[in-house]
Amino acid sequence: MAEIVIKNVRKEFGDFVAVKESSFTIQDGEFFMLLGPSGCGKTTTLRMIAGLELPTSGEIFLDGEEISQRPPSQRDIAFVFQMFALYPHMNVRRNLSYPLVSQGMARRDVRAKVDEVAGILGIRDILNRPVGGLSGGDRQRVALGRAIVRDPKAFMMDEPLGALDAEFREHMAEELRALHDRMGATTVYVTHDQLEAMQMGDKIVVMNNAVVEQFGTPQDIYDMPATMFVADFIGSPSMNFLPFEGAVQAGTDSVALNGATVGVPRQMAEARGKLVFGVRPEHIRLSDEGAYRGEVLAVEYLGTTQIITLETANGALKVRAPSGQVATVGETVGLGFDAKTITLFDAASGRALRSALNDGVLAHG
Amino acid sequence: MSAHSITEPSSRQKWVAGTLVILYALITITPLIWILMTGFKTPPDSISYPPKVVFTPSLEGYVNLFTTRTRVSPEALAALPPPANFAEEIVRNRNMVIAGPSKFGERFMNSVIIGFGSTFLSIFLGTLAAYAFSRFKIPLADDLLFFILSTRMMPPIAVAIPIFLMYRNLGLSDTHLGMILLYTAVNISLAVWLLKGFIDEIPREYEEAALIDGYTRFQAFYKVVLPQAATGIASTAIFCLIFAWNEYAFAVLLTSGTAQTAPPFIPTIIGVGGLDWPAVAAGATIFLLPVMIFTILLRKHLLRGITFGAVRK
Repeated sequence: MAEIVIKNVRKEFGDFVAVKESSFTIQDGEFFMLLGPSGCGKTTTLRMIAGLELPTSGEIFLDGEEISQRPPSQRDIAFVFQMFALYPHMNVRRNLSYPLVSQGMARRDVRAKVDEVAGILGIRDILNRPVGGLSGGDRQRVALGRAIVRDPKAFMMDEPLGALDAEFREHMAEELRALHDRMGATTVYVTHDQLEAMQMGDKIVVMNNAVVEQFGTPQDIYDMPATMFVADFIGSPSMNFLPFEGAVQAGTDSVALNGATVGVPRQMAEARGKLVFGVRPEHIRLSDEGAYRGEVLAVEYLGTTQIITLETANGALKVRAPSGQVATVGETVGLGFDAKTITLFDAASGRALRSALNDGVLAHG
Repeated sequence: MSAHSITEPSSRQKWVAGTLVILYALITITPLIWILMTGFKTPPDSISYPPKVVFTPSLEGYVNLFTTRTRVSPEALAALPPPANFAEEIVRNRNMVIAGPSKFGERFMNSVIIGFGSTFLSIFLGTLAAYAFSRFKIPLADDLLFFILSTRMMPPIAVAIPIFLMYRNLGLSDTHLGMILLYTAVNISLAVWLLKGFIDEIPREYEEAALIDGYTRFQAFYKVVLPQAATGIASTAIFCLIFAWNEYAFAVLLTSGTAQTAPPFIPTIIGVGGLDWPAVAAGATIFLLPVMIFTILLRKHLLRGITFGAVRK
């Protein structure tokens, strides 16, 4: 069990910068998600923590010890690979025993430990099978077993559910989270699936283009995105962006959007020029009193809710409304925004403007 | 009539294919069978015209291969005690006695030592080099690989003269070590290229898993990568062995006694007491056996080796 501190870690492959100076802290026992699109540096970050890549600069602390330049065998960190990487020439039992054998554990103890772990994961009956013929789920369990069998300080998981069928994924995600809660081990989990990250993580780091965009709890990241990238990447449908020209004074709590005055959280900084009004689809109501108006382009029925796409003076907009609401394509309707949930962004930098809403969160983003 | 299928060949296609395969097999196997048969013929049968297909088998060729003989007068022959074994009997029928063993056994052993020795060395060095090329960032890796390949761009015998002079100066002429080094040098480019292909196909995650599981890189290499590369190693070994085993030109040029291999030795039998074709054929038959056995043992790997990488999994 361990706390992991990443300090100004940077990784270059030749001329290519995979990770720019990144810092964040993974608390003891946390289920920590590294989230981002492919190529954003999240897997490289994970591999640096595990020791499969050595950082070009920066420090990594595991339980207060600086380990960034140590070989993986001296870090006591387990790794679950996306493609499982079970040793194909060994059966399940030998795969599970392998990490223990390297430590020179007595054969009898190895056997007992493997049996115990196999019991936890429910794979006792396949211990003597070759790994080649196993189903995806069983392979996944064996891979997990190989990771937990030696009680490492922390687990690294590189998209461990990526190779599974969609329906089985959900089940395995629950199993994984339950396993984590039972063992309470620090887990770092890489994924490009924002839903998976929100569902399973205690904390999320969102990365893009080798940079940490935001770091926080799933709720904070969803409600108070620090950048337009985060706002767009998280949530489905993602946050609506309405670009507008204007000026914001510190202390103001409304902006003019195409002539209509729209409430926003009390702003704490000044900004002017090209700005972006960000609002989540579920924070918009269709209401006749709304001064801001849009024309209904399409309606998608989703069961309990529906997604209504509108065309407004500032661009297309998606609204998540209860499915009982009547919306007719071609009709022009008024829109009401939930003022305290709005985030304003600076269009050029993509960063959120500080406001009463996100003040505390942006500080450590 | 059965339904027509695109993937399943029709019975006519199968029949044509089968005939072609059998025809091809006949063409390639006939010389081998002829060698095998000639080995069991008597010298007169072996050169009779028209050639004899049905004949009384004799071990004379094999006896002649393994012995040296001297001609004695019929009186001296009559004075000898009765022959001790069948070989003695065959030889006496030709008015000769066995003077001693021939050099064939020794030459054959030379072939075994040099052939397998160089194969082992090629595979050993080739696997390490291929692993390094496959896994590590090596400066100028592509140029180095091209250089290694370029050693195959001319027939090896093109450099025979410089090698001959070099070996003479280094004292490597007619030594086992010299021949092993030479065949290794020729084979290693093939070994590196073939094995690199195989090792490239082994996912890095296996080694990384072993590194995470507490093993050093070298342990990960021999405990995880080597077993995975076994197929590639086996098929590469066959190719290396076949080359080293069959090589004739360098063997003629660089060996004469101690380290002479079987290929240059077998033709020298012809000169001893007329054209002894059965003995030559017997030598060729025995010479074929080790590679045949080796290939049959590893044939599954060989087939996989040839078709490897054709289909991306």
